Amino acid sequence: MRKKYSFLSLIKNAFTNNENWEKMWESPDPKKGYDVIIVGGGGHGLGTAYYLAKEHGIKNIAVIEKGWLGGGNTGRNTTIIRSNYLWNESAHLYDHSVKLWENLSEELNFNMMFSQRGVMNLAHNEHDIKEMKRRISANRLNGLDTQWLDTKQIEELVPIMNTKNLRYPVLGAAFQPRGGVARHDAVAWGYALRSNEMGVDIIQNCEVKDIKTDNYKVEGVNTSKGFIKANKVAVVASGHTSVLAQTAGVRLPLQSRPLQALVSEPIKPVINTVVMSNAVHAYVSQSDKGELVIGAGTDGYNSFTQRGGYDVIEETVRAIVELYPIFGKMKMLRQWGGIVDICPDASPIISKCEVKGLYFNCGWGTGGFKATPGSANVFAHTVANDQPHKINEAFNLERFSDGRLIDEHGAAAVAH
Amino acid sequence: MILINCPYCGEREQSEFSNGGEAHVARPKNPEALSDKDWGQYVFYRSNPKGIFYERWVHTHGCRKWFNAVRDTSTDTFLKIYRLDDNRPDISEFKSTLKSPSGEPSVGSGNFAVKK
Ligand SMILES: Cc1cc2nc3c(=O)[nH]c(=O)nc-3n(C[C@H](O)[C@H](O)[C@H](O)COP(=O)(O)OP(=O)(O)OC[C@H]3O[C@@H](n4cnc5c(N)ncnc54)[C@H](O)[C@@H]3O)c2cc1C
Ligand SMILES: [Zn+2]
Repeated sequence: MRKKYSFLSLIKNAFTNNENWEKMWESPDPKKGYDVIIVGGGGHGLGTAYYLAKEHGIKNIAVIEKGWLGGGNTGRNTTIIRSNYLWNESAHLYDHSVKLWENLSEELNFNMMFSQRGVMNLAHNEHDIKEMKRRISANRLNGLDTQWLDTKQIEELVPIMNTKNLRYPVLGAAFQPRGGVARHDAVAWGYALRSNEMGVDIIQNCEVKDIKTDNYKVEGVNTSKGFIKANKVAVVASGHTSVLAQTAGVRLPLQSRPLQALVSEPIKPVINTVVMSNAVHAYVSQSDKGELVIGAGTDGYNSFTQRGGYDVIEETVRAIVELYPIFGKMKMLRQWGGIVDICPDASPIISKCEVKGLYFNCGWGTGGFKATPGSANVFAHTVANDQPHKINEAFNLERFSDGRLIDEHGAAAVAH
Repeated sequence: MILINCPYCGEREQSEFSNGGEAHVARPKNPEALSDKDWGQYVFYRSNPKGIFYERWVHTHGCRKWFNAVRDTSTDTFLKIYRLDDNRPDISEFKSTLKSPSGEPSVGSGNFAVKK
């Protein structure tokens, strides 16, 4: 039965101290085999299960997660959502996602807390200005709502920003009003809940050790709970995707690095949009609880330690304090890292490969949260039909030999 | 904070160094005979193991010399540092504490307290 959440259910459960909420999904033992096994219970993996069941009628599915749902980058990211990427392929993919975000709370009857408060990318030098204006024009041609703001308009939107007395003054910004933030866990939980209702098995605390293939055809996965047979295996394991691919003899052009974020003590509302700066590397938004959510950069070397170097946060905090002098005395509460899978052209891979029945959705690197619903939607299509959706056709593996790269370093950099 | 033992200067803070990616990637000897696929492999594909990794570093804010290292990427422990004119150490010299390709080491990952 479809679990319903409403104002009434909130009141009802308040009377019993919120101790009687029903479980959102079951935790079964794995069956002997499935039509599709999805490796990785982040937003992209759970969303893939949801769209496979809902739009493609495949219900014999398991999502296998090594830890807990959303415990990877889905639960570790700074939740910035936007679609103002340079190339047509990316604009279509990311905007497909923003459009799905716009209705996701209603569709899943689960509050995504999607807040379209706008996303601003600051320009600090002549090159930034040229690059951003070019991107705004490209975005306009793709029907996106990006616009140029001058320093005065920025100051009106973000009065606490120091635009002039700093080493790299703020000269303007690209602004996408439809961009914003959402609740990170909600997207994983919402998809888990609704796909479980359609019969998808959600198996947590189960690590996929390797992918079993025979003569370039997938047979299943060996896990910490034994071998599980599958007709198709879809790997959506972010930082660990290339390690898993290797067990099936597939090489992916990915490098895994820690990316960090930190949050402050909660304060009254001071900043009501998302502000990012690639040049000085600092981005910030304020959560509904009042914490500043600050994103730092990646470490300069490959690593799977979900931690990150101290010098990287130091650099970000320096830039934050220069841009927002009033944050200078604030206390930071928590810091953490997530392992991101970086692709040579800063664009994702949503593709089949030379092994029949094996699919990858990876390479989202530092910026895949925004793409969660769109990526899951087109990946489900790819897995169900054994061929890509029009939107993810270009995000294949062949581009690394035929040269059709989708270079989004300008739009992605490390900021999101 | 990681310390790196530069073969020329001694132990320094990691932020003095820059990483140069995978070590021992040789430029193809027969470029004219290479297929697009092989070129793609050489240009875009690098190994990305969880565990033992051969890599290059340069002491950017020091002697500016390049050298190689073997590091366990699941704990960031440096297992060996050697000069460019030294031979590639054999992988059997090193032990990883990983029980499966994408598992967690017993200590040293961000999910556990680092005890040494
Ligand atoms: C600090 C930080 C800030 C970020 N900020 C933003 C942002 O502002 N905007 C944005 O768009 N993106 C951002 N990102 C990137 C974004 O978080 C990711 O691209 C996105 O969440 C990836 O989702 P996913 O579902 O593919 O991966 P994940 O959520 O990482 O899920 C993969 C899952 O696979 C599991 N797994 C791994 N190995 C195995 C195995 N062997 N067996 C079973 N399961 C396994 C993992 O435990 C994990 O739960 C940020 C990332 C970080 C780390
Ligand atoms: Zn040195």
